[in-house]
Amino acid sequence: MTTTSLESTNGVGLQVRGVHKRYGAREVLSRADITIQPGEFVAIVGRSGCGKSTLLRLVAGLESATTGKLRIDGEDIAGLREDTRIMFQDSRLLPWRRVFDNVALGLPPAQRQHADEVLAQVGLGDRGGDWPAKLSGGQRQRVSLARALVHNPRLLLLDEPLGALDALTRIEMHQLIEGLWQRNGFTALLVTHDVQEAVALADRVILIEDGRIALDERIDLPRPRVRGSAAFAALEARVLNRVLSREGAEPQHERGDHSLFSSVAQVRWAI
Amino acid sequence: MNTQVRELQVTPIPDTIDAPGLGFLPAGAGWRAPRLAAFFRDAGQRLLPWLVPVGLVLAWQVASALGWLSTRVLPAPLEVIKAAWTLAVSGELWLHVKVSAGRALAGLAVGGGLGLLLGLLTGSVRFFETLLDSTIQMVRNIPALALIPLVILWFGIDETAKLFLISVSVFFPIYINTFHGIRNVDPGLIEMARTYGLSRSQLYRQVILPGALPSILVGLRFSLGLMWVILIVAETISAQAGIGYMTMNAREFLQTDIVLVGILLYAALGKIADVLARSLERVWLRWHPGYQNAKA
Repeated sequence: MTTTSLESTNGVGLQVRGVHKRYGAREVLSRADITIQPGEFVAIVGRSGCGKSTLLRLVAGLESATTGKLRIDGEDIAGLREDTRIMFQDSRLLPWRRVFDNVALGLPPAQRQHADEVLAQVGLGDRGGDWPAKLSGGQRQRVSLARALVHNPRLLLLDEPLGALDALTRIEMHQLIEGLWQRNGFTALLVTHDVQEAVALADRVILIEDGRIALDERIDLPRPRVRGSAAFAALEARVLNRVLSREGAEPQHERGDHSLFSSVAQVRWAI
Repeated sequence: MNTQVRELQVTPIPDTIDAPGLGFLPAGAGWRAPRLAAFFRDAGQRLLPWLVPVGLVLAWQVASALGWLSTRVLPAPLEVIKAAWTLAVSGELWLHVKVSAGRALAGLAVGGGLGLLLGLLTGSVRFFETLLDSTIQMVRNIPALALIPLVILWFGIDETAKLFLISVSVFFPIYINTFHGIRNVDPGLIEMARTYGLSRSQLYRQVILPGALPSILVGLRFSLGLMWVILIVAETISAQAGIGYMTMNAREFLQTDIVLVGILLYAALGKIADVLARSLERVWLRWHPGYQNAKA
């Protein structure tokens, strides 16, 4: 069914069933239903604050859903998992450990030497002895990627990992991530606000709007994908238009909602 | 894909840190022609700050030699050096320095150790913060020196009183900075470490403690400054040995040169302690862009 099913995969399947997430009165996710096949690369796009990062944190086991089920290979997600690793938006390297020790973080002593191999895979084989403060933003994210991959995750969660990088570094990182995904066969879930990034990397692009899934688009372009191609541009435009279409359509409604919320909150506070 | 990667390595890394650590490297050390001129300019730059202090000491010596300054007010610098030499040769100097430094370090070990432990405890466990922190913050407002009459009543004028005063005064800077250091560790790093499967003790040793270390060392330096001040006061109250005893004794006999030796000894000890604390920072915080020296 998926474009990647030709390769043997070591990824997990992910099922999200009717998941709601509320913070107090605010509903961040409502009735999210997503099925991700083993080894699939899925991108979740949406405006900031739409709930896409929350979904990622739920899958990571960092938070639990208010209602609904999240399952990995049929098993409920109950907290942090050994086979799931996250690459964060800010690289979150420990500044007091050298690059090698950052990659080897949490590895049992016997497996520490794998850190060198993975560092070489992300192209930083000779930087293991440097302090993170000496690296550029792109290099830090490579280290962060290596740190995630050294654990051989079966599910890799990417939380806007390239948001802070310049355009050229970002394209290089796309190729790196795609290559490592193809080689290692993990399931990847990428959260991003960059539609082009999503179309370049993912088998499927899911759009979340106001906590709901608004679009689930399969990207059937052959890999490696050519950004300039007509098919690529058409798909990108289609997703982008869908993202933008909401703007101006019902802003009145949203604003009305907000004022209602705040007045209710004020009254409650006054009482 | 691999070639892409290689190319990226070649490009120099735009450093966010650079300047402050490298500022004092000899500029243009490899150039031949302007080398000599640069050397003299460099030497001049280095000597200039010494001009005023050396001039002052010289003026002082001249004023004493001409009899403008009475030795009861200020002995000549040469007299002070001579007094220091005699004391050093007789071994008396080292005895006093040893006693004073011993007191200071014992106080630091007790007070600083307690401050560190309690700071770690209240910083890491919410329960202990609620239980202890407000009490400690209240007690902190009592100046240690105001306790002297009470301390003398409690402990007499022995070593215990001095140890107590020094311990109390070094406790607070280390406590507060340890507490804040732990509280200010980036929560993002802690979350990351948890998702990467670190156990609680690993999390503490590899993330929380190193993250709090810069702040703890700031506390240590504050404490060292206070430690010497309190030591001086405590030794002036009463002592049978130590630099304070030496100077108070010399005052009885109007030996102003020895009094001055004592004052300079305190200054030297304070300076040494500060240099040691700084080198600790350089070793322990060598990952920190703010502490990177020329070598890195």
